[in-house]
Amino acid sequence: MFEIPDDRKYLESHEWTTTEGDAVKIGISDFAQDELGDVVFVELPAEGDELAAGEEFGVVESIKAVSDLYAPVSGTVTAVNEELFDAPELLNDDPYGDGWMLELEPADESEFDDLLSPEEYREQTE
Amino acid sequence: MNFDQARFSRDDEYEPLLSEKDSTTVEVDSEGVLPDDLTRDELTLPALSEPQLARHYTRLSQMNYSVELGPYPLGSCTMKYNPSFTEDVAADPNAGVHPDRSDRTIQGTLGLLHGLQEYLADIGGMDAVTLQPPAGAAGEFTGILVAKAYHESRDDDRSEIIIPSSAHGTNFASAAMAGYDVVELPSDDDGRVDMEALDAAISEETAALMLTNPNTLGLFERDIVDIAEMVHDAGGLLYYDGANLNALLGRARPGDMGFDIMHYNVHKTFATPHGGGGPGAGPVGVVEELAEFLPSPMVRETAAGYEQYEPESSIGKVHGFAGNWLVLVKAYAYIARLGDAGLADASAKAVLNANYLASQIDLEVPYGPFHHEFAATSGDRDAADVAKRMLDYGVHPPTTKWPELVSQAMLTEPTEVEDKASLDDLAHAFNAAYADSDEALETAPTKTSARRIDQVSAARNPRLSWQALGDDE
Repeated sequence: MFEIPDDRKYLESHEWTTTEGDAVKIGISDFAQDELGDVVFVELPAEGDELAAGEEFGVVESIKAVSDLYAPVSGTVTAVNEELFDAPELLNDDPYGDGWMLELEPADESEFDDLLSPEEYREQTE
Repeated sequence: MNFDQARFSRDDEYEPLLSEKDSTTVEVDSEGVLPDDLTRDELTLPALSEPQLARHYTRLSQMNYSVELGPYPLGSCTMKYNPSFTEDVAADPNAGVHPDRSDRTIQGTLGLLHGLQEYLADIGGMDAVTLQPPAGAAGEFTGILVAKAYHESRDDDRSEIIIPSSAHGTNFASAAMAGYDVVELPSDDDGRVDMEALDAAISEETAALMLTNPNTLGLFERDIVDIAEMVHDAGGLLYYDGANLNALLGRARPGDMGFDIMHYNVHKTFATPHGGGGPGAGPVGVVEELAEFLPSPMVRETAAGYEQYEPESSIGKVHGFAGNWLVLVKAYAYIARLGDAGLADASAKAVLNANYLASQIDLEVPYGPFHHEFAATSGDRDAADVAKRMLDYGVHPPTTKWPELVSQAMLTEPTEVEDKASLDDLAHAFNAAYADSDEALETAPTKTSARRIDQVSAARNPRLSWQALGDDE
């Protein structure tokens, strides 16, 4: 069983986002890191970049595959987890904690309604 | 066949680098034409005798696996043996011509270039061929630039190139580098172009469709004539990736199928060295309507002899002079030696060898009928582990986990150069590795000079050569 915390929402493409506060955090799920295997490289946008919901915002590369990352909601990037550049294994070790990727200031809170709930995402991964 | 690769090591350290064997500081006479701040007074060099040097390189070569030792069946990469007579031809002192000499004084050189243009045009069913691009991928990029120049000359602004998802990665890169948006095309259940998806993808924005035929699974695109018509009706061009031309050589021509532009991988089809290992060549053929856009110079025959010229609306140069001349000499020599019958025989054997090998292995091959290559699947066993285990049976394994259409894919292309005994060795390696225990697979290879590589550490902490050199400072 993969860990799927109840305090956030998910995309079919396995990204998660928190939903509370001025800035939300974005990352990839436990299921995603397990499917990818050992992550060796992460490419992320810069602070201040504008993202649109569903837009590609970066790339994660493991020894098995290269995958695009998709923005769960629209908004402005307010912080980037630069530790991932030197220690991409954080994505494998702690995908919901130290392995966070971005902080985003959401442009349109209603977009959260289009995302998968933890239950819906759990069904998808089973 | 029993296999144990040579392994030269002391205390598990491999054959040392030359600089580790000896470093002697020598004084250099720096009096010369260069300014003082660009020259050094002393140099540190390995001072070794000739036998020390000869043994060093011979040991390295014995710890290596090459196509001169056994098969190298990397599907879609076509690693085949290059006959050495082409090296002899290229080494002829007469081939060493300065590129700035006047046309009048190098008629033989120009005649050979012209002859190769004609050979390739004839083989591909194209009207004009440029020999200038220095590699297959450079040929692709050149071909797409030609397509772009063609559309621009008609004030026809198009923004998209359609590429099947199973295509070679270079296709996507070439289209993107030329400034196009890529539209990815899914495969249908048979592994071929999904005609409905193609119909939906084609629009007035379509600059070109890039295809390889047979495709990456070795399957012939049977609908190619309809595909060509659909693309042309929308005002687009059809691009042929020559990666899999080996299956068609002397039997079918991209030009006759409706393709407008193609590149030739002379290293795959005409046995020149691979571009990555030195200078390569990736000639591009086009139909009459596109000939005016080809890179300059081209060679033509006039009443006064051969001459170089610039096509009317040339996209310019993609490489210096006529391209990598000595590689072109090798391609010419190979084609001339084989002749029409030999080329047709090469494609027959490429297809026969792939089909014989597939019939001898215990792994399932989900898609067919295939031509010169096939994608087997290792099912519930990890394709990379099976591949590493195959090394212990004395062969190079196939391409693994690609194309993604086949899960745990082992994309295999034995090429026309292997004989039955060699194909049987390959089949034995496939079957023995596939049947081995989980433990044998997870710890393989055990008989090679280098054992299992720690891929994660290698990718996370690469030891770059310029940094390694810096350590000595």
